[in-house]
Amino acid sequence: MKDLSIQAVNLTKKYGSFTAVDNLNLKIEGSKCVGFLGPNGAGKTTTLKIFTDMIFASSGSALINGVPVHSNKKEALKHCGSLIETPEIYPSFTPRVALSMIAEIRGIAASERKKRIEEAVSEVKMQEWMDKKVGKFSKGMKQRIDIASALLSEPDIVLLDEPTSGLDPRGSAEVRDIVKSLKKKDRLIFMSSHLLPEVSEVCDEVAVIDHGKLLVHDTLTNVTSKFSGGGSYTVVEVGFSRPVDNTNAISSIQSVISVEKIDSRNLRIKFSGGLQTQENLVSQLESMNLGMISLRAASSALEDSYLNLIKDTQ
Amino acid sequence: MTQTEENSMPMNEPPSSVAQIGIITKYEMRNYITARRFYLLLGIALAFSALFTFLIGHYGLPIGGGALGFYFEWWGGSAKYIIVFGAIVFGGDAISGEFQNKTGYFLVGNPIRRSSIYIGKYLAAVIASLIITGIYAVIMLLNEFYYYGTSIQWQFDQSFVFTLVFLISAMGLTFLFSSAFKTISYSILGAVVLFVGFDIIESLDSAFVHIEPWFLLTYGSEIVSDIFISPYPVHSTISDTGHILTTQMTMTTYNPTVPEGLAIMLAYFAVTSVLGLIIFARKEFN
Repeated sequence: MKDLSIQAVNLTKKYGSFTAVDNLNLKIEGSKCVGFLGPNGAGKTTTLKIFTDMIFASSGSALINGVPVHSNKKEALKHCGSLIETPEIYPSFTPRVALSMIAEIRGIAASERKKRIEEAVSEVKMQEWMDKKVGKFSKGMKQRIDIASALLSEPDIVLLDEPTSGLDPRGSAEVRDIVKSLKKKDRLIFMSSHLLPEVSEVCDEVAVIDHGKLLVHDTLTNVTSKFSGGGSYTVVEVGFSRPVDNTNAISSIQSVISVEKIDSRNLRIKFSGGLQTQENLVSQLESMNLGMISLRAASSALEDSYLNLIKDTQ
Repeated sequence: MTQTEENSMPMNEPPSSVAQIGIITKYEMRNYITARRFYLLLGIALAFSALFTFLIGHYGLPIGGGALGFYFEWWGGSAKYIIVFGAIVFGGDAISGEFQNKTGYFLVGNPIRRSSIYIGKYLAAVIASLIITGIYAVIMLLNEFYYYGTSIQWQFDQSFVFTLVFLISAMGLTFLFSSAFKTISYSILGAVVLFVGFDIIESLDSAFVHIEPWFLLTYGSEIVSDIFISPYPVHSTISDTGHILTTQMTMTTYNPTVPEGLAIMLAYFAVTSVLGLIIFARKEFN
């Protein structure tokens, strides 16, 4: 196991009288995925920008693998890939040229460069656009190339600022798959997101920040059990084409915690587990032939935890 | 080496900062060429060349002075403008564009010092301008060979070197402006106003203040054309320009010596480069 770590030590960022990041102390070690959550303006992007030396801390320090980012940027970032906001690429460049530049800057050997670029572009499903000028790309397409750039050097640590922002649902799912595959490769991923189901799906731990202060950093399970009021669960609202009189059969499905009638044709089902469990639940509801016509997420344990945490700081 | 080490993926080590400067220069040059910016300035230089070639062909050669007079009129009268255009076209948005267009976000999060980005972009801008200035010089020399059939005069060699010194200092100045602003239009406008302002200040100084304008970059660059005047112009001359109401007006014309001109330009280069680097290194990508 590699010794991977990112650490904020008394990290503070002030803009005049406004404190964007307030004495943040956070240490993340080992290969895992950590979701960085917080409302707009909480200080998530500011923190990630300090970790990539795009902005500078007013006091305190940001360390990657124990190396201070600001005073020793080249060393600190050499095994760290990042995607902060949606970087623009020179419009006249093609993805191949833009990624060649990053590959050279990062010291990828000339013999490997072509292969790595093709693999990275293939991973974000942009092979067809490899030699087209970036100026013609949509925001989502640029975001994919930016992700390819972040992963190009196969970094041990990946910092992602809302990586699915600007992507269509299929693109978002592909990015989640990329993050999952990075986890399998023993990487440390620190990812900010507003999408709690996404965080639930891919992250092992969460760090919640508000008004620049860290509210909690713990495993997903611990956070949801401490702050949601009842373990890890998801609530979905399910619609049926005809009235559902007897809900006992649904209640007996494994992992279902409770079933509540909204009206005769709509139920609120609370179950434990994530997307895989939800997939099983849908299959079983279909097999019951109750005329299920819709299903949407109502809330989740993480969402409830998040709202409880944020509410306390208002 | 152990078996494990042999099998492990080699870790990427970023190249030296000097090598990274070269990488930035290479890709910035590529950007100039693929974005057609290079051809814009080349077009301006070729238009200047065509105009001079036409004027000389149609109206004849400058009266007197021989080849030196020819150089003075063509090179001395226009090379500085090619340099100023180059500085504005290549340097005006070189740094401010990284902020406004967010292209900097693509680069800055990588293991590369900001100074390497700044110097790499600066070198690309200087090289691109130099290529165009070189083409401009070749066209002028071909005209000179055609009309005078002489070899290149030593004064031109010197003037060309002075032009290059002016190029690095003018580029340093526009890069400083580009570094100081996050908006492209402000940085370009600032550079344009400054170059125009230099001429206005020099004129006002000459008419009213009567002190040597050693603090103006364009004053130092006058050695580019003065070198063609034989004998080299005296340091200052005072001329009577008549009366305004009851006041006797005089105009003091200053000419920098060659060492003085070089010192002014090199001082501009040094000061603007250091300031530009410091500002860019401290600027935040908010």
